[in-house]
Amino acid sequence: MKKAFAKMLIVFAAALLIGAPQAAQASDLKGELEIFSWWAGDEGPALEALIDIYKKQNPGVKVINATVTGGSGVNAQAVLKTRMLGGEPPDSFQVHAGQELIGTWVKADRMEDLTPLFKEQGWMDVFPEGLIKLIGTDKGIWSVPVNIHRSNVMWYIPANLKKWGVEPPKTWADFLAIAPKLKAQGVVPLALAQNWTANHLWESVALASMGADNWDALWSGKLSFDSPEVVKAWELFGKILQYTNDDASSLSWQQATDMVVDGRAAFNIMGDWAAGYMSTTKKLAPGTGYGWIASPGTTGTFMFLADSFGLPKGAPHRANAIAWLKVLGSKQGSDAFNPLKGSISARKDSDLSKYNAYSQSAAKDWNSDRVVGSLAHGVAANDTFKNGFASIMEMFLKTKNPQAAAKACAQLAKKAGI
Amino acid sequence: MNQPRRAGSIPGAARPDQPDLLMREASLDKLKAFLTLLPSMILIGVFVYGFIGNTIWTSMTDWGGSGAMALNPQKHFVGLENYIDLFTGFLGGNFRQDLVNAVYYSVMLLAGAVGLGMFIAILLDQKPKGEDLLRTIFLYPMSLSFIVSGTIWRWLLAPQGGVNVLPKYFGFKPLTFKWLSSQAAILVFNWQDILRILAYIAAFILIMVGVFLLRKDQGKAIKRWLIPGIVLGALVWIFGGLIPDALFMEEEHGFNLATLGIIIATIWQYSGYTMALYLAGFNGISQDLRDAAMLDGASQVGYYRYVAIPMLKPITISAVIILSHISLKMFDLIFAMTGPDNAATGHPALNMYLTTFRGNEFSRGAAIAIVLFLIAAMFIVPYLVGQYRQQGRR
Repeated sequence: MKKAFAKMLIVFAAALLIGAPQAAQASDLKGELEIFSWWAGDEGPALEALIDIYKKQNPGVKVINATVTGGSGVNAQAVLKTRMLGGEPPDSFQVHAGQELIGTWVKADRMEDLTPLFKEQGWMDVFPEGLIKLIGTDKGIWSVPVNIHRSNVMWYIPANLKKWGVEPPKTWADFLAIAPKLKAQGVVPLALAQNWTANHLWESVALASMGADNWDALWSGKLSFDSPEVVKAWELFGKILQYTNDDASSLSWQQATDMVVDGRAAFNIMGDWAAGYMSTTKKLAPGTGYGWIASPGTTGTFMFLADSFGLPKGAPHRANAIAWLKVLGSKQGSDAFNPLKGSISARKDSDLSKYNAYSQSAAKDWNSDRVVGSLAHGVAANDTFKNGFASIMEMFLKTKNPQAAAKACAQLAKKAGI
Repeated sequence: MNQPRRAGSIPGAARPDQPDLLMREASLDKLKAFLTLLPSMILIGVFVYGFIGNTIWTSMTDWGGSGAMALNPQKHFVGLENYIDLFTGFLGGNFRQDLVNAVYYSVMLLAGAVGLGMFIAILLDQKPKGEDLLRTIFLYPMSLSFIVSGTIWRWLLAPQGGVNVLPKYFGFKPLTFKWLSSQAAILVFNWQDILRILAYIAAFILIMVGVFLLRKDQGKAIKRWLIPGIVLGALVWIFGGLIPDALFMEEEHGFNLATLGIIIATIWQYSGYTMALYLAGFNGISQDLRDAAMLDGASQVGYYRYVAIPMLKPITISAVIILSHISLKMFDLIFAMTGPDNAATGHPALNMYLTTFRGNEFSRGAAIAIVLFLIAAMFIVPYLVGQYRQQGRR
């Protein structure tokens, strides 16, 4: 007992000592802060790291971590929507940056403009200009991005490719040239998983097929969805689908990545959470154990998605929520969160020594490449389009009809207000 | 069933020689009963029927798209537009596929769970050793939640694992059937022809009812059912081309082989339940009746075919009602086994959730909900009507 007490005293003293410098600059905010997210499991510790920083800076605030679990936030968003419609918003909630936020919540006039905060914190200079354009409209900036993921990456195992005698393809034409060779050796050329990974593959293919300018024009309504460029993208997509595994719909993205790791498949296109999976779970070394290139035909373009937090109008503890957003956008918060989450910081000045080899290369590209928004992960289009696109994709996987898919997309875009 | 109790029969209530007091007592009883029921009547009125009404109203508005999540979203009345769009619109293809899936699900689940449940019940009715234990084992799957059993079955039916590798242990080649991810479909039809197909089905039902009633009342059966059925069938056969296409292009739907896995899992979960229903029924049949049948020279098969199963018709009907609305509500099992976006195994209930809460199209989601509601009513209303008639006859 005595020993335990002594230990506790030491811990207490240590905590006081460590806490002292922060306590000097600690705020006098009071009350509660409810943070609404879908980060649990593997992603939980990264969120905890941010909350720890917040607690140190604002010791008077009681943080309520309202997490609703479920992949890519399907469940959390349903809960959030019922709460918001009922007029009971959380203080701050997680949302994919871009149209998923703008098309749903900003259009409905439920968010506060964060431009003053961006200016006050000097974030206008530390965040890339392309990013600010994608998370804002002409009326303001709507969320603070916490992390950046890259969507257009192709993964492979260098040793396997050597064995099969192929090189990572630079363009889709290259891929279609080497795919039959792989198939002849009993290898699936491109591993695919359930529906949303098909959407994910489609955006990489479409970006390569139509180019970054047309891609941006598509989402700003300047290029129609049934134009020849889009039909061509669907045609190419159909050709690529021939070289994917036919049990795709029952696999998770991890299982599709496993196919590449186990040598059953040659390539996989997935966001860079696959790097986290291969380094952490599969214990492969980035660069030697597994390799990556930008997905074919998209070198020099960085298709991004980001998790972000916004400030809903009528948040019960507004001042506390703003303090939370300040932590999210800060260099300290960013570099505590991202190495744990396996993503990179949205800030141009992040401390790269804290990240692994893959993340360092992604961060380098982030600072130099052309930035475009992802469709599958909510940057480019709003919820209505995204949901409808998933069913169009299902129909395409069944019928393989590029004309019909392009036409359906055009109708959907009209409905979704693009 | 429940004869209304007369106040006079209650001991110590009122003596029959005081009719005035008796009346007052009776109306007081009625008032008490009414007051007891009132809260639940109000609650059901608001939370069931009021909400159904609200959903119907929502389904006839255009609540959706950007701005749907505003504190006071703008809604305009658009009539049946959402329904028309679901059944004939270009973007409703997924819903139509889900609807077709739901029909096949329901039919297969009913046939499988009722058939298998009855079969197990008959086996257990032979009073084998350890009947209690077997009964528990068969009933056990029902106690699992769909999410749990769905996850287990997902692993069992994985393309390169579970059931497919079983033959390997006996020295055979592993199976390659894709239980949950097959792209193939059978019994494919074109949605363009849906009106014609529905007319054929109606004719078929009329004729079947007629044939069924032929023994009971020949004249009525022919006049009311057989002739209209045959005429309708012939008309559609000859003038079918005049019936408008439901869709301006071809759209094929069918029974997707990938749904087989989900149907197996559902049957596994619910056949124990129907077994319990039937077993209770079989035990309720008096032993004398059975002995009498046996004495008359009935075989085991004959006993069940002509005596036991016809006697359990009410049980069969309630099993069909319960299972059919379970099959219409199917959600968690499919979510656990094949995920949210999977046209091959989709279901309207899943589609409704995604449309509403992922796509922000509240009016469209409400329309799907009402379509499901009407289909469920199609099963339940005839049953209720039948029940009332029976009571009236008594």
